[in-house]
Amino acid sequence: MLSRTANELFWMARHIERAENTARLLDVTYRTSLLPYQLREPGVTWAEPWAVPLVTSGLATAFYLKYGEMTAENVLRFMILDAGNPSSIFCALRAARESARSVRGAITSEMYEDLNAAWLEMRVLDYDAIEQQGAQQFFEWVKMRSHLFRGVTFGTMLRDEAYHFIRLGTHIERADNTARILDTKYHILLPSAADVGGAVDYYQWASLLQSLSGLEAYRKIYSDAISPRKVAELLILRGDMPRSLLSCMYLINDTLERICDDRSKELLRMGGELHARLRFGRTDGIIRRGLHEYLMDFLERISALGDEINRRFLVPTL
Amino acid sequence: MNSPPYDEMRTPDGHTRRHYLPFNEWLNEASPQLIAQKREEADRAFHRLGITFAVYGEQEGTERLIPFDLVPRIIPGSEWAALERGLTQRVNALNAFLRDVYHGQEILAAGKVPRERILNNTQYRREMHGVDLPGGIYAHIAGIDVVRAGAGEWYVLEDNLRVPSGVSYMLENRKMMMRLFPEIFAMQSVRPVEHYPGMLLENLHGVAPAGEDQPTVAVLTPGPYNSAYFEHAFLAQQMGVELVEGQDLFVRDNTVYMHTTKGPQRVHVIYRRVDDDFLDPAHFRADSTLGVRGLFDAYRAGRVTLANAIGTGIADDKSIYPYVPDMIRFYLGEEPILNNVPTYKLYVEEEREYALAHLEELVVKETHGAGGYGMLIGPRSTAAEREEFRHRILAHPDQYIAQPTLALSTCPTLVEEGVAPRHIDLRPYVLSGKTVQIVPGGLTRVALRKGSLVVNSSQGGGTKDTWVVADD
Repeated sequence: MLSRTANELFWMARHIERAENTARLLDVTYRTSLLPYQLREPGVTWAEPWAVPLVTSGLATAFYLKYGEMTAENVLRFMILDAGNPSSIFCALRAARESARSVRGAITSEMYEDLNAAWLEMRVLDYDAIEQQGAQQFFEWVKMRSHLFRGVTFGTMLRDEAYHFIRLGTHIERADNTARILDTKYHILLPSAADVGGAVDYYQWASLLQSLSGLEAYRKIYSDAISPRKVAELLILRGDMPRSLLSCMYLINDTLERICDDRSKELLRMGGELHARLRFGRTDGIIRRGLHEYLMDFLERISALGDEINRRFLVPTL
Repeated sequence: MNSPPYDEMRTPDGHTRRHYLPFNEWLNEASPQLIAQKREEADRAFHRLGITFAVYGEQEGTERLIPFDLVPRIIPGSEWAALERGLTQRVNALNAFLRDVYHGQEILAAGKVPRERILNNTQYRREMHGVDLPGGIYAHIAGIDVVRAGAGEWYVLEDNLRVPSGVSYMLENRKMMMRLFPEIFAMQSVRPVEHYPGMLLENLHGVAPAGEDQPTVAVLTPGPYNSAYFEHAFLAQQMGVELVEGQDLFVRDNTVYMHTTKGPQRVHVIYRRVDDDFLDPAHFRADSTLGVRGLFDAYRAGRVTLANAIGTGIADDKSIYPYVPDMIRFYLGEEPILNNVPTYKLYVEEEREYALAHLEELVVKETHGAGGYGMLIGPRSTAAEREEFRHRILAHPDQYIAQPTLALSTCPTLVEEGVAPRHIDLRPYVLSGKTVQIVPGGLTRVALRKGSLVVNSSQGGGTKDTWVVADD
């Protein structure tokens, strides 16, 4: 397959996954903002729920430069509709659709039609329309479109290289996102140390789980009160939890095994190592090391893996 | 000129022509609501499928839908058979002409075409002189625009031998009609067109460099911002070959490769949808970022086939058009089956004098123009426009031709006020390789504005499905 095609497919998948994750993140923020929530340290803006999606995506500076004031409306405008914010849902869907359009021969017509239909709906939306239907209704729509696209992909596409690069993009983006969301909880969501274990804390962990479709799974597996330790276990080490780091890494590694040949030994080694660390990792070890440090290390490794994929497959040099 | 134009559906005394009976029945019975519903369904589907084209001069990336009309253009099988013979004859002669002007130039020696018309023409590619091509084929894919005028006689309006487009609309229009009117297809046997991509691939395989049993074919596109990008992607997908841009290809040792995830892979045949000028910055336009450095050397060395060949523009240039009937006689020893439109060559003094005196009745075209741009349609022009063209013709008489305004045939078409006649043309696609093949029909374009004769999509034209039906 053409390297350029592989590159477009990889990014098409990443952008759709990104749109979905942004919707999830905004959704949980929205729910959190509705909680009877009192700032223990007024003026500490990073503890404000609407800052969370900005910090998670590393966009706080860009946001303040443009909007100045932190309000729900401003954050929603910036994260959903802003054509100048490459991570906004608008831009992510546009980029995904542009990629699909430029390599539409490599995907099925059902996939292109589905993505194009999503884009045609998205591009005519404005803030008023979203407010009118309700922001949560909109987040649901984004998630459903993403589910639908994945379903169409799964149900119509030949299991060829194109499929593998799509799968690779989806899971690298998802792993990156799960790690970031988990990390924000430890850093940002904590109003003050005294709140650990308190009611506010409970609701925050619960909405974090919910944003990763993990609340129901948590209840099923643990049938217990929510504890940060178990949440970390669920979202990092459980192989049966579809958005966990281990699940993502399992699929990434499996895909790498299928597309790599003898010229890609280093890539296989990196993928295999990262997978093994998760597969044989223990919650105790992660907590001892510090969740934040652990997640930072993971983000660095997954980013290095992305760079190697890029160098090896997507942007060839002679 | 004064009698009404030929109506494809009805005879002058108002009877529905036999081949239109089944569709006419549907049309008569359908309520306006049903028709509106079918139109909406078609519009929605085309948008969702992303069957759009970009319009030059509008904001970059603007995509528009080509209006699609529900009333098909229907051609009886016997008429098609004659047209098919005429098209095959014409394209054979044009390929023979191209082979000749780039080799022995016998037709020039015989005085059938003035030497300076060819050698001084910017479309003549000196670089191609003496280059031998597989099968001696230059125009592998030809789009020959034909119209019916007078009492229904066919005329060739122009030959498109460079990168003719529109075939994807022919295929999608058929798909749409089968979806909207399955019952009519069940009643009438419409000859299929869906095998076009397979036929094209077979044709391209047949012209690969000698000794290649398993040639790799690729479609070369200028990229997503090209107006016909949808079609490039569509054809690549339908043929199951890679859609490449210049940046995906490179040349090493006169051999063309593409960058793939498994390393470099050789390419043998390139169906290129990039103009000659942009193919190779080392030989043609140096500022081209769409092409591949070294491609022309690989081509000249016979290591890769380009379809169409470089330099076909010399045969479809409007200044060469008047000579096509003579080419047919010269190379094939046959009388032309299809009519040429009488054409005034404005570099010839008497013809120019006549044309300038009759601008109000004539159509004036730029010899290098395309897409309906740069035309004067005499009967619909203002005095100021005619004056402007008079100056332009006098300044560059060899850059214009003039033709009588043909009363193009009309076909019933759904417009605001209901069903009304609109002028149409037809572009059949002629494939030349080991043999000449044509799928029955082609792309019918329709001028949606009342009375307009310009069918180009860039000028507000639409399309119709074209049915070749069995005579009964």
